[in-house]
Amino acid sequence: MLDADTTTTADGRTIGGTVLDLRNITLRFGGVEAIKDISFDIREGEIRAIIGPNGAGKSSMLNVISGFYVPQEGEVWFRGKPRPPMKPYQVARQGIARTFQNIALFEGMTVLDNVMTGRLGHMRSGLLTQALWWGGAAREEAENRAAAERIIDFLEIQSIRKTPVGRLPYGLKKRVELARALAAEPSLLLLDEPMAGMNVEEKEDMSRFILSVNDELGTTIALIEHDMGVVMDLSDRVVVMDYGKKIGDGTPDEVRANQAVIDAYLGVAHD
Amino acid sequence: MPDQLLFAAEVMLNGLMAGVMYSLVALGFVLIFKASGIFNYAQGVMALFAAMTLVGIQNGQVPFAHLINATFGTSIHHFGWEVPALLAILLTVLVMAAFAWAVNRWVFSKLVNQEPIILFMATIGLAFFLEGVADLMWGSEIKTLDVGLPQGINDWIDGVTFEATGYGFFIDNLDIVATVIAALLVLGLVLFSQYTKQGRALRAVADDHQAALSVGISLNFIWVLVWSIAGFVALVAGIMWGTKSGVQFSLSLIALKALPVLMLGGFTSIPGAIVGGLIIGVGEKLFEFLIGAPYLGGATENWFAYVLALIVLVFRPQGLFGERIIERV
Repeated sequence: MLDADTTTTADGRTIGGTVLDLRNITLRFGGVEAIKDISFDIREGEIRAIIGPNGAGKSSMLNVISGFYVPQEGEVWFRGKPRPPMKPYQVARQGIARTFQNIALFEGMTVLDNVMTGRLGHMRSGLLTQALWWGGAAREEAENRAAAERIIDFLEIQSIRKTPVGRLPYGLKKRVELARALAAEPSLLLLDEPMAGMNVEEKEDMSRFILSVNDELGTTIALIEHDMGVVMDLSDRVVVMDYGKKIGDGTPDEVRANQAVIDAYLGVAHD
Repeated sequence: MPDQLLFAAEVMLNGLMAGVMYSLVALGFVLIFKASGIFNYAQGVMALFAAMTLVGIQNGQVPFAHLINATFGTSIHHFGWEVPALLAILLTVLVMAAFAWAVNRWVFSKLVNQEPIILFMATIGLAFFLEGVADLMWGSEIKTLDVGLPQGINDWIDGVTFEATGYGFFIDNLDIVATVIAALLVLGLVLFSQYTKQGRALRAVADDHQAALSVGISLNFIWVLVWSIAGFVALVAGIMWGTKSGVQFSLSLIALKALPVLMLGGFTSIPGAIVGGLIIGVGEKLFEFLIGAPYLGGATENWFAYVLALIVLVFRPQGLFGERIIERV
């Protein structure tokens, strides 16, 4: 365990102090405990993976972080302060962006418009000035448009900028969703199974983008993923969940060697 | 025969103008339905309420005068001033925005995630409630609405068509103004929704609530905004209809005429509402002129729109412009 606030990874990235700290989170749906007393932290600049078998409570965990679920017990600490219960849109405005497991894009809008919605939090002018294109409204629109275009370039989706999202194939939709989340310039990016349902080539592309987002934009990322190979390659630290409990936490190598994790994934012989 | 053709052309033009009115009402429905999935039965009453409020403010009427007088034994009716039309319209817009806020605060925020039919029932209740409030606030007598819009035959068109064809077309000035204002309104709405932050947020909410939340859009704010816009559209429709035939209860029934327009145009399409309104306007006037009056004993305008909507429903359940219904298996 390192006691210094800042460390440097093998590939030269800097990992800073704790951005998000989850303390003894318990989440229930009626009588079902989806998350049981889980604590872990996410540090500045790292890629943190949450893995576990189906139904382990990974998505619920991500929904707690992004405010879609409110846990019955425990606290979410963000940037050194306990976070009061918040609506998802308030969490988003604090700089936490996310993607969804089953893609939640604005299907009727173009790729560019979708990415532009990610910029909403950066647009300050009020309703009336916007409606009348008064004062700074036009300049603000132009600035945010430029920022959106940079993200579009970054994720190499220039060629589909004006295409309605509904017409895109699955793999590209996933990338557009990433673009929209990135457009918000989040301090914490949550990815719920960014590679689910993709073929090998698409997975490689997505891995490359996730790495360069983390490396070049310095974005802290928490992701859920099923593909163990991908997770081990991408992440700095891994949390393992099973039946709503945390059964492992550490570097990919530590987790790989953890007996409880091996049991959860491969099953145990009961004899 | 050329005479017959000229009459038909005139009837068609008048139908187009009437259609604009239908479109205006339908537009209010589409806006709210798209953003929140609520079919707002109260849209027609909103138009009535907006028109009554406008007249009341213009004439310097004391709101709830009857109630106040009955309770306190006073006898006040008017403030004794008259408010200029433009200012009165602005004030009415504010009243409609306040109404939008109140409706969301006390009705729909309590009904989040309820079945569409429950939301629909709530709007029926809202319609009756608003109707009562409108009467209580401004009195139930028929009022004349005059914000200075021109009325009567347009002499220029009459003259030009008479010169050209030997038959002068009768086109009402009010219809022309209504058409121009409706066109500007739609243009404004399109620009607003395409090129502003709130417009984009509005489209986002209409598309996917969950995704909208995740990019930091407050659904509540958008709902209040969209109800306010619908209130504004209702005001415009109320002004047009009110100027034409007085502000009275039957104004709220224009909502029923908007239903076939919506079935034709689809509940989710703004262009659909416009084109649907025009088709019905032209359709019912032409049908009456060509078939209804000569062969069916007339008065077909009352039912033509509904029959047309039924026929469309049989062949295209989502309307002419509605989003295609695709069931993924």
